[in-house]
Amino acid sequence: MAQESQAVVDARRFMDVCNACRYCESYCAVFPAMTMRRSFSEGDLTHLANLCHGCKGCYHACQYAPPHAFGINLPATFAEIRQESYAANAWPAGLGRLFERNGTLVSLFASLGVALALILAVALQDPTVLWSAQRGAGAFFRVVPHWLMITLGVATFGFAIVAMAIGARNYIRSTGGAGGAFATGPAVETASDIATMRNLGGGGHGCNDLDDSFSMRRRWLHQALMYGFLLCFAATCTGTIYHYVFGWMSPHSFFSLPVQFGFWGGLLMMVGAAGLMQVKIVTDPGPVSTKVAGGEFAMLGLLFLIAATGELLLAVRHTGAMGMMLAIHLGLVFAFFLLMPYSKMVHGLYRGIALLRNAQEKRRMTPVASGG
Amino acid sequence: MADLSQTFDVLIAGGGNAALCAAITARRAGATVVVAEHAPKPMRGGNSRHTRNVRSLHHGPTGVLTESYLEEEYWDDLRRVTAGKTNEQLARVCIRASEEAPKFLESCGVVFQPSLSGTLSLSRTNAFFLGGGKALINALYRTAEELGITILYDTEVQHVVVNDGFATEAIVSHRGFPATIKFKAFIASAGGFQANREWLRQYWGDAADNFQIRGTPYAQGRILKDLLAQGVQEVGDPTQFHAVANDARAPMEDGGLAMRLDCVPFSVVVNRDVERFYDEGEDVWPKRYAIWGRLIAQQPGQVAFAINDSQAQMNYLPPVFAPYRAGSIAELAAQIGLDAAKLEKVVADYNAAVQPGTFKAQSLDDCRTEGLTPPKSHWARRIDQPPYYCHPLRPGITFTFLSVKVNEHARVMMADGKPSGNMFASGEIMSGNILGQGYLAGFGMAIGTVFGRLAGAGAASLVRN
Repeated sequence: MAQESQAVVDARRFMDVCNACRYCESYCAVFPAMTMRRSFSEGDLTHLANLCHGCKGCYHACQYAPPHAFGINLPATFAEIRQESYAANAWPAGLGRLFERNGTLVSLFASLGVALALILAVALQDPTVLWSAQRGAGAFFRVVPHWLMITLGVATFGFAIVAMAIGARNYIRSTGGAGGAFATGPAVETASDIATMRNLGGGGHGCNDLDDSFSMRRRWLHQALMYGFLLCFAATCTGTIYHYVFGWMSPHSFFSLPVQFGFWGGLLMMVGAAGLMQVKIVTDPGPVSTKVAGGEFAMLGLLFLIAATGELLLAVRHTGAMGMMLAIHLGLVFAFFLLMPYSKMVHGLYRGIALLRNAQEKRRMTPVASGG
Repeated sequence: MADLSQTFDVLIAGGGNAALCAAITARRAGATVVVAEHAPKPMRGGNSRHTRNVRSLHHGPTGVLTESYLEEEYWDDLRRVTAGKTNEQLARVCIRASEEAPKFLESCGVVFQPSLSGTLSLSRTNAFFLGGGKALINALYRTAEELGITILYDTEVQHVVVNDGFATEAIVSHRGFPATIKFKAFIASAGGFQANREWLRQYWGDAADNFQIRGTPYAQGRILKDLLAQGVQEVGDPTQFHAVANDARAPMEDGGLAMRLDCVPFSVVVNRDVERFYDEGEDVWPKRYAIWGRLIAQQPGQVAFAINDSQAQMNYLPPVFAPYRAGSIAELAAQIGLDAAKLEKVVADYNAAVQPGTFKAQSLDDCRTEGLTPPKSHWARRIDQPPYYCHPLRPGITFTFLSVKVNEHARVMMADGKPSGNMFASGEIMSGNILGQGYLAGFGMAIGTVFGRLAGAGAASLVRN
């Protein structure tokens, strides 16, 4: 068995203190899940780390936070364990290393994606499409051929789905299961926890987003980003249905479903991504791990750019700037698909599994000892 | 940077709950207020940083308290734990006003939570702070800053100049530099003297070296000593304190709540001479945890050893430090440096005295010993299922009760029986007015909040006139 990381060793020591203290029991799901255990394997700690939403309430409330000798800092330590779990469970196995220097990787991939899209557009089509106005049905495909767009999209997205599914399977195996056989109640609870981001509510009063004051800012910003992202996904899906079912070729009118989904989704994503970056910049650095910051900023930046270029594409789609903007936008999107399994984006998957496992365990396990 | 050349209406020495309740109340009443907190900002809040709840009278269910907890029951509880060594008038002032404490604290941004696991089942009598005492302290400081209260960290009040019961200025060390703070009224909320080992040695001798100070190392008792030396009336037994059974391996200072051990009712406890010295199962732990610190302090070497076996492990909250563990009692004795033959005999005698019964971890059960001295009245099961475990115990001192005398308005009383012209006190530094001995969970925060508010209101009304 591989040697445990410093973060895992630290987290186990922290849990020994937390489990005897329990002051934080009302903040989030981590602490009730902790009280169901008396000893903590690496898998248990990875599960708890992925259950942690980084709300930082437990840090600011901690009587043992630095500079106390115990130096308890769960948000930062759990963030590192999460990242280690993303790397350890990545598929193909060797690519887990991409989580090191993740900020550089994401930035590099995004740039390469854009460059490649521009080169392909020039190489495969008439170079003038990049600056001449294209109008009417199929305008986009005169810049990037339809077959190429579909091939790249399906290939990159398909790869991401496969890689993440295998990662999820690896994660469940390595952390000790998903909390038993699948059941409806826990699944519904998990879906509700994700839909409402209940654990970013800090027990009802919000989180310590910036300092020891309570706010719902990060929760709302994350909701904006998540639902914006889902709306954009809905835009792609409805666009695909329009194309293949109804034979309606893009570009669609502004008030069509795909454009409406994309327009509002993109705006939400921009607000969410920019706001979350701002929170990360101004927040008290105490409970933050600098080891994971690069990858997080890069992914938020990429999501912002995807949304922004999408909106710009909408704005300039009838002008000569459309070709260039489409190539840039698609380059970023395909780079994002390829990066998904090796970026912060996997947190949604592992967090979901952790929430499901917790919902299952709550129904069959009880807190170990009370009394003191 | 604070301007220390001005004359403040109110100077408050201390930075815990009692100090901030006084500061906020005085400020809301219009006074200019400066708080001198000895600790640096990350360690601010005195012992309040380690607290969790406040015992609060209530006539019916509230958002955070269940059922009701009325004055007579509260008074009864207090009288029982103090064995009558209390001041009924001041105690009732505190009990009655504790009803308002949660609402007042909420008005200062403190958030309460429903109590869940591991809380001594106190949800009826005690209101729990979401996240505990440090979260409470954070909220109080945030409110104090918003109100424009001057807060000085790393600032120790070293001497208060008192003439004829009237305080005029304070000599402080402000971030290492000497300074003087002028004021019209003074509130002493600087805690007990529990972290002053030299002072403890006056009463306990070398035993004091083995006391673990559970809370802030800044409770040096400097203001307490300074005031008592200047004609302020003293109250309380200097050897009395709130103390619990701590893990013997805990840090000597600031180990906080998590170092306490709840294993006693499910163990037999011997001292260094391998003798049992008290009924481990006398009553439910919430009613007994606060006497064990003192019991251990009175043992040779101020150390004790709780011995149990594998079947007890899940009956109490997990400890921070793993217990000693061995396959036999003799091996366990060797690990902890006790006489093996004696420990085997103590356990054998105990096992032989255990009567049949039905074990119930959370309530007074009928598992007891017969013919054993001292007896174990409840939760007595044979210790015969290896592996065997030992938690070493030392006294963990929370706070001392020696105090300045106050009246029902939190006004400091002078030795001649007259109230001071402009000095008030709140919190641990006057807790001995009410706590002659013993302790009730969450009562320290009730005293701090109630007398903090009285002191703040009294000081503000004094300077306004």
